[in-house]
Amino acid sequence: MAAKKMFGAAEASILVTDLRRSFDDGVTRGYEWRVTQLKKLLIICDNHEPEIVVALRDDLGKPELESSVYEISLLRNSIKLALKQLKNWMAPEEAKTSLTTFPASAEIVSEPLGVVLVISAWNYPFLLSIDPVIGAISAGNAVVLKPSELAPASSALLAKLIEQYLDPSAVRVVEGAVTETTALLEQKWDKIFYTGSSKIGRVIMAAAAKHLTPVVLELGGKSPVVVDSDTDLKVTVRRIIVGKWGCNNGQACVSPDYILTTKEYAPKVIEAMKKELETFYGKNPMDSKDMSRIVNSTHFDRLSKLLDEKEVSDKIVYGGEKDRENLKIAPTILLDVPLDSLIMSEEIFGPLLPILTLNNLEESFDVIRSRPKPLAAYLFTHNKKLKERFAATVSAGGIVVNDIAVHLALHTLPFGGVGESGMGAYHGKFSFDAFSHKKAVLYRSLFGDSAVRYPPYSRGKLRLLKALVDSNIFDIFKVLLGLA
Amino acid sequence: MEGMKETVEESLREMRETFASGRTRSLKWRKAQIGAIYEMVKDNEDKICSALFQDLGKHSTEAFRDELGVVLRSATVAINSLDKWAVPKHSNLPLLFYPAKGKVISEPYGTVLVLSSWNFPISLSLDPLIGAIAAGNTVLLKSSELSPNASAFLAKTIPAYLDTKAIKVIEGGPDVATILLQHQWDKIFFTGSPKIGRIIMAAAAQHLTPVTLELGGKCPTIVDHHTISKNIKSVVKRIAGGKWGSCSGQACISVDYVLIEKSYASSLIDMLKPTIKSFFGENPKESGCLSRIATKQHVQRLSRLLNDPRVQASIVYGGSIDEEKLYVEPTILLDPPLDSEIMNEEIFGPILPIITVRDIQESIGIIKTKPKPLAIYAFTNDENLKTRILSETSSGSVTFNDVMIQYMCDALPFGGVGESGIGRYHGKYSFDCFSHEKAIMEGSLGMDLEARYPPWNNFKLTFIRLAFREAYFKLILLMLGLKR
Repeated sequence: MAAKKMFGAAEASILVTDLRRSFDDGVTRGYEWRVTQLKKLLIICDNHEPEIVVALRDDLGKPELESSVYEISLLRNSIKLALKQLKNWMAPEEAKTSLTTFPASAEIVSEPLGVVLVISAWNYPFLLSIDPVIGAISAGNAVVLKPSELAPASSALLAKLIEQYLDPSAVRVVEGAVTETTALLEQKWDKIFYTGSSKIGRVIMAAAAKHLTPVVLELGGKSPVVVDSDTDLKVTVRRIIVGKWGCNNGQACVSPDYILTTKEYAPKVIEAMKKELETFYGKNPMDSKDMSRIVNSTHFDRLSKLLDEKEVSDKIVYGGEKDRENLKIAPTILLDVPLDSLIMSEEIFGPLLPILTLNNLEESFDVIRSRPKPLAAYLFTHNKKLKERFAATVSAGGIVVNDIAVHLALHTLPFGGVGESGMGAYHGKFSFDAFSHKKAVLYRSLFGDSAVRYPPYSRGKLRLLKALVDSNIFDIFKVLLGLA
Repeated sequence: MEGMKETVEESLREMRETFASGRTRSLKWRKAQIGAIYEMVKDNEDKICSALFQDLGKHSTEAFRDELGVVLRSATVAINSLDKWAVPKHSNLPLLFYPAKGKVISEPYGTVLVLSSWNFPISLSLDPLIGAIAAGNTVLLKSSELSPNASAFLAKTIPAYLDTKAIKVIEGGPDVATILLQHQWDKIFFTGSPKIGRIIMAAAAQHLTPVTLELGGKCPTIVDHHTISKNIKSVVKRIAGGKWGSCSGQACISVDYVLIEKSYASSLIDMLKPTIKSFFGENPKESGCLSRIATKQHVQRLSRLLNDPRVQASIVYGGSIDEEKLYVEPTILLDPPLDSEIMNEEIFGPILPIITVRDIQESIGIIKTKPKPLAIYAFTNDENLKTRILSETSSGSVTFNDVMIQYMCDALPFGGVGESGIGRYHGKYSFDCFSHEKAIMEGSLGMDLEARYPPWNNFKLTFIRLAFREAYFKLILLMLGLKR
């Protein structure tokens, strides 16, 4: 087996220089090139699904259905949308001009930023690598992808497939960990797209600041779920369960992190959850093949610590079983852990679900508002006024009412965070826009010049200028006719 | 500085409290505040012009055209458009998700920081302020200490017109900025140099604060004599106006240098000279129509740029400097060396290098050797050249056959790319600049699909695969048992 190639500052510099040359040569600008690359990505999805499923099983114990649906199908749709819409997206947008700039016409032209860096995460290693790359390529950029080293089989497979199918003069994969990422971050990129934790998000943005590189940071947070008693409990609970344990076993950026409900309603919620959990995962969920495992022992120990904390371990009302050797923790529900416990202070990113009870549902707004802004906030209710208040006053990347996580499958909605949960957005056309510079273009005529614009300045010129600014036709005529 | 630290903390606390109270959400409140800005400018025209004259020797016509007029117009547009801007955008969702609904609402970030610049101290303070308020934020403005009279005016007058619990002004220099940047803001808007832009972004990274950076660069002006010779008089006037008629070349979108074919350079210079005289008379220092240089340090910097013996040798007009009077004469250079300092930093002053090329097409190559500027200007009627400029160069904006005026077109985004900045504003873009686009999806609790839930099996997998492909007919067949 070949020794791992060294990738440090020198290699990173050569890589960026190569890609910049390709970009400057115009390799990535044409519609045909972009379409060809996107079609190749589609072939990867169509022809290599079994290998991808195996890699995801190796890295995460991800069930085939989750791999097929949440990674491959979502990607396939994303590519097909880009193929269908690319011509529209690339077309200039007309802009209205006004009397002050008359005669003129104006448009906004989308141009690629240049050479961009995509750093992806371990939990959805294919989706979170290729989806941003789709955006980068559609927008006409050269792109380097750095997949997460915490999903090594997926990282290796991505490197292999991309090298096999895509244009190496403009699309490259760099595998590695901290050393490689640091080397990459020292280079000047025209955009950096990062998916991961808020802590590393800061590091990425600080590195980007040195080169004034714009960033998209898709981070995370504690996505709350507010459950109103005026809801369809069975449907609510099923959606929460599949949104939590059915999506990489709680290891997702938009995973329902904790539940807020009334003291009165909580017992019913817990009962319903227990029942549906058993229907979905059987009496021995540790044996179920329908859930991902915990990604590695570091995260297992982290989650263990959350469960073992004093004042928390005695709040477990369901589950709590752990198996370090197999990296499994059973679906676990906790009731009323202290607000300042570890489990309520950091993003859980695992199969633990605290339920916090309140005297009335109104208090949930204050609980949510007192915490960093999450990537998603969920509400289950039939109550129209509550829905409206929630949507209007809860600040989060996105709000979903009566469902969990599905909004990331919708290409017509921007997917991104705010505050601690991130900046920028993507999906659908938003991906194309994220990797484009919208250049303003103004076409003026050489006629229609007015002495008003030039020194020497005078009162008359000032009056005319004022009238022009107000775009008031009558005032303009008055001044021109000397009547004002 | 302790006192300043306390002031900042107290201001932040009050602004956050005001934001949390919900007062700034009301469109009525926002319009009233923006209306008050309008009134403030209208009521104090003379005071403002006087302050600008004291700070920069700006003539009142220039002050109106570039500052007061801009603010009045911006305020009017915001008030008239706010209802439209604040309307949620509805998204079409795929049939699969029926009857779910999706929309995007613009919500204010919260408490934002605006750091403005000294060259257009009124408009670069109030225009972003209008955007921040229109979007519903509370905002702290730090005006530049290098325009002390304008800054003092803002600090004294804004509290008299606007809601002081929501909108605050702080005066001061780098030490005040440093204290401000230590705190967490929900957004930072900065106008200034790329060097300071990096510092701002690095500070923002510590708090994951999104930034808009309006920076600068060397804005080149291509003069394609072949195709515009008929209108050369207009061209010359526009270039001269764009260089010396707006804050004496100290604008982020000033004409920095001109590119023209060698054989036409001297006739251009021969036309520029009398044009300058027609603007400023025989003695520009006493004309009252030419702005001053900001400070002695800035004069010294321009002096240093001219002191290079090779640059000295290229002076064909002007060149005199009066440090005491903060005066640099309108100066023209012919072919200073491309590796001289003056050709490698933003000039930001009344010195105009004319760079000659053998063929006008070569100007594109020269532009590409420099960082991406805020604007590129090109006087040409050659469609091929226009296309080449648009597709082979990158800049915040491109204006054909005029200079500076793209600033007035509020249907066009105003912002940079690469070294010239991140983000954009003007018109609706100002509103968007200070808003988080929050996706809202509402699902239905009825219409539940068993295929969504574990335990997984082949049927469910096939179902979901087909659903993602939106192969509705095949889905129906599957459900009727007619498809395997």
